[in-house]
Amino acid sequence: MRTERGARRAAACGAALVLLLALAGTVVPLVVPLDPYATDLEARLGPPDREHPLGQDALGRDVLARLLRGARLSLSVGATVVLVSLTVGVVVGATAGWRGGWVDEAVVRVIDVLLAFPGLLLAIALAAVLGPSLRNVVLALGLLGWTGYARLTRAQVAALRRREFVQAAQALGGGPTRIVARHLLPLAAPALLVQATFGMASAIVAEASLSFLGVGVPPPLPSWGAMIDEARPFLVVAPHLVLAPGIALTLTVLGFQLLGDALGDLMDVRER
Amino acid sequence: MAGLVLRRLALLVPTLLGVATLVFAFLHLVPGDPVEVMLGEWAAPADVAALRADLGLDLPLPVQYVRFLARAAVGDLGDSITFRAPVGRVIAARYPATLELAAAALLLGIGLAVPLGAAAAVRPGSFLDRAVRLGSLAGVCVPTVWLGPLLVLVFSVGLGWLPVSGRGGLAHLVLPAITLGLGMASILVRLTRASMLSALREDFVRTARAKGAPEWRAVGVHALRNALLPVTTVAGLQAGALLAGAIISETLFAWPGVGRLVVEAINARDYPLVQGCVLVIGTSYLLINTATDVLHRLIDPRLRDAD
Repeated sequence: MRTERGARRAAACGAALVLLLALAGTVVPLVVPLDPYATDLEARLGPPDREHPLGQDALGRDVLARLLRGARLSLSVGATVVLVSLTVGVVVGATAGWRGGWVDEAVVRVIDVLLAFPGLLLAIALAAVLGPSLRNVVLALGLLGWTGYARLTRAQVAALRRREFVQAAQALGGGPTRIVARHLLPLAAPALLVQATFGMASAIVAEASLSFLGVGVPPPLPSWGAMIDEARPFLVVAPHLVLAPGIALTLTVLGFQLLGDALGDLMDVRER
Repeated sequence: MAGLVLRRLALLVPTLLGVATLVFAFLHLVPGDPVEVMLGEWAAPADVAALRADLGLDLPLPVQYVRFLARAAVGDLGDSITFRAPVGRVIAARYPATLELAAAALLLGIGLAVPLGAAAAVRPGSFLDRAVRLGSLAGVCVPTVWLGPLLVLVFSVGLGWLPVSGRGGLAHLVLPAITLGLGMASILVRLTRASMLSALREDFVRTARAKGAPEWRAVGVHALRNALLPVTTVAGLQAGALLAGAIISETLFAWPGVGRLVVEAINARDYPLVQGCVLVIGTSYLLINTATDVLHRLIDPRLRDAD
C-alpha cells in the first residue's frame, strides 16, 4: 500500500540508521579513546557529565564506551549468524530442491521439527548446554536460523529446475552445482537478501535476549542485553543505565526493519 | 472432518518424536561429564555414581534413548536435582502461572489489534491509520528485554500505579502481560489492517452495500468476519510462541511460571529439569499450533473442501 517514494524514504532512513550503527561500532571508538573495561569504583553509577557523556555503570565503567563496543559486538554477532544460517540454508535448500525424492522429504521433515519448536527456547537451551561464550551464541543462533533460507531456496530451485533454460544449461554440460549457483540462486537472491536483512535484526535481538538471561555473551563483554540486565537493580537511582542500551537496541532493530520492508517493496518480494 | 483431525494428529507423532530426540540430545551436548557439571567437582563418588545410574548414563546410548522416550511417553521426566522432586510435579506447580500470563497477553494482543487494525483499514491514510502504523512499527522494534524495564520505569517507579514484580491480583498481571503481548499485538495489527483492506474491496462487501446494508454492518459484519480468518490463524501460532516468550517476561517480573523455572534450572545446572521444561513448553507449542490448524480449517469452508 506504500508508494514508491515512501519506500525509498524508509529505505534511506533504515540505511542511515544501519550506517550510523556501523560507524559507531568501528570508527568512533578509534577517534574517541574510551575504555569500555576500565572500572572506577569511586564513581559507581555516576550521572552523565562532560567526561562521561552517558554516565558510569555499577562498576564505574563508561557507559558510552560500552555502548559503542556493544554496537560492534551486536553487528558482528548479527552478521556472523546471518552468514552461517544463510550458507547452511542455501546449501541444504538447494540440495533438497534439486535432488527431490527422499533427500527433499528428509530436509522438509527436519525443518518441520525445528519450526515446531519455539526458536528462542531452543537457542536458550542450546546456549545453556554449550556454556556462555560468544562462539556458542553464534553457533546456537546460526544452527537454528537456517530454516527460513532453506525453505526459500528449496521452493525456488524446485520450481525452476524443470524449466527450459535449466535444460539448456544441462545440455551444454553444466553440472548441478554450477547450474544452481549461476542460474537459479541469482533468481532467489532478492528474497534471500530481504530475509537476511530481517535476520540481522532478529539475530541481534536474540543475542541481547540470551545475554540478558545470562546464557549469552559472558561478562565483561559489553552486550547491550547484558547491560540492560546489569542495570535493572539500579532502575530507580540510575535509569540512564537501562535507557541507553535499550534505545541503541531499538534503533538498530528499527534500522534493519525499515531497510528490510523497503527492500521488499522495491524489489517486489511478496511477503508470505 | 474426523479424517482431517486424525491426519493432523498422526502428523504430530513424528514431530513430537523429533522434539523428544532434540531434548534427549541436550544432555549429551554438555561438554565433559554432565554429572560432574551438575554436582560439582567435589561431590562424593557415591553421589556421582547414584546420579549417573539414575540418569542411565552408564547404559549404551541407544538404550538410554529408548528409556528416555518410554519414560517421557508416560510423563516420567526424571527427578529435579535442586528441588529433589519429580520434574513433572515441579513443572505442574508452575504451569498455571505461565498459562495465566500467556492468556492475558493473548487477550490483550487481540483486544488491541482487531479494533485498531480494522479502524485503520476503514480510513487508510487518516490520522488514526498513521498512528496505528507507527505504533505497530514501534511495537515490533522495541525488544522485550527493554520494554519490561521501560514499563516499570514509567508505571511503577514514575507513576507508582502498578507493582514492580511478583504474582498476585490483576494489578500484578498488567505489566508482564503488556511486555509479553505488545510484540504480538503489533504483528496482529499489521495483519488485521492488511486483511481488512483487501476484504473491503471484495464484491460481497459491495453487494451488501448495494442491498442497502447499513455501513456498520457492511464493514463490521461482512468485511470483518472474512478479514479475521488469517488473523485467527496467526494469533493461534503466536499463542504458542507466547509460552516461549514468557521466559523473558517472567524473568523480568519475577513471575513464578515455567519460563522463569527454565532460567533457574539452567543457572543451577539442573539438566533433568531443563530437559523437562523444554519438552513441556515445546509440546504445548506443538499442540496449540495443531489445534490452530484444525480450527482454521473448521472455520474456513473453502479449506475444508480443498482438503
